[in-house]
Amino acid sequence: MAKSLISIRDFTKEEILHVLETAKEFEQNREQKFLEGKVIASLFFEPSTRTRLSFETAINRLGAKVIGFSDATNTSQSKGETLKDTIKMVDNYVDMIVMRHPLEGSSRYASEVATVPVVNAGDGANQHPSQTLLDLYSILQTQGTLEGLTINMVGDLKYGRTTHSLLQAMSHFNPKFIFTAPEELKMPKEYKGFLDRRGIEYIETTSLDEHLNNCDILYMTRVQQERFTDPMEYERVKDVYTLNASMLGNVKDNMKILHPLPRVTEIDQDVDETKYAYYFKQAENGLYVRMAIISYLLGYRPLK
Amino acid sequence: MTHKELVVSALENGTVLDHIPAQYVYKALDLLGLKDIESQITIGINLASKIYGKKGIIKIADKFFEDEELNKLALIAPKATVNIIRDFKVVEKKMLETPEEVVGIARCKNPKCVTNHQPIKTKFATIQNGDEISLKCHYCEKISSIKHAL
Repeated sequence: MAKSLISIRDFTKEEILHVLETAKEFEQNREQKFLEGKVIASLFFEPSTRTRLSFETAINRLGAKVIGFSDATNTSQSKGETLKDTIKMVDNYVDMIVMRHPLEGSSRYASEVATVPVVNAGDGANQHPSQTLLDLYSILQTQGTLEGLTINMVGDLKYGRTTHSLLQAMSHFNPKFIFTAPEELKMPKEYKGFLDRRGIEYIETTSLDEHLNNCDILYMTRVQQERFTDPMEYERVKDVYTLNASMLGNVKDNMKILHPLPRVTEIDQDVDETKYAYYFKQAENGLYVRMAIISYLLGYRPLK
Repeated sequence: MTHKELVVSALENGTVLDHIPAQYVYKALDLLGLKDIESQITIGINLASKIYGKKGIIKIADKFFEDEELNKLALIAPKATVNIIRDFKVVEKKMLETPEEVVGIARCKNPKCVTNHQPIKTKFATIQNGDEISLKCHYCEKISSIKHAL
């Protein structure tokens, strides 16, 4: 079984830092075609344009060719073929598989069936490790370090998988957390337990204003309407978590705002022009991080 | 007519599983695959017990288990005891050990887990929290309680 990236916990601290270091190399020089002659499968069993374009651009920039599909309706899966058979077939053709699938655990399973490395580009609400690595890279690039930072996570902390994975990955680097969420969408107990066991401090609040001025990273997420049983409750909450430029008067000078995108109402457009906005650059960073993940797993940028 | 007394006879050779919580006796038969074997099996349910109030007991004639097989029982009856009987005597008493991994017998409670949609053998890591055991799915990483998973 080749080394795959399914969950952020599959990478040690050393591997995480190595991938981030490699991403810097690609940010400085994105024209490196050392994967010429390789073929990589991009299997999107559910559509995700943003993630797919980022991965496929990374593959192309490294000189490899892409095969695959962008949704499963026209594949044999719709005829009832098992996931195992689809993966086995593709595995014969390619050097690596990038996959996104609506079922949780599907990428782990695929990595056990395949002989080539598998990169999980999202398995339902479970894991999306390349997003986590690009978040880490964005934090590193804006703060100059990952050590000892205060991260304020805002919005849907209950269902938002990006916040859960980021929390786990950051636990290597002595962070402090602020969890800003409405009662209904608070950080689940299992993740708070994870922090307790590691002696990592966190504060919970329902107010966005309360801790805005003492964090290094403001990690905003979308509050999804469909999570609420009471529509009135949603209406009340959604505006509470709208960040606008007038709220940023007293924030730390080095503070940067991250968001996995797409955003809806949670960050006002007037924030885009401030020096704190980093979410578009964050999306661009995804390209370099994905180039680094692919190069590492294929053995072109091995750990020293 | 003479009055015949029904006596649960002592085993000559075999295995006695004692101190099973009464409500889990059928589950225990299931876990150990005892529903399809030829051996003579005696089952007691709701017997008086100092530990549980009511307990269950299963006696299986001429059957000896591998430890690995028996340890599945620890998932539902961690305090169960196992007596190995040879020639009417207890030759060995065993305590159960919770297995680190549970393969094939449990079901993930997450409806979106790939194992509930594809023909995949389930696999869980056991998490022990005091007397409570829960199962973490190897695939979707969600945690199921024993009650939900078995």
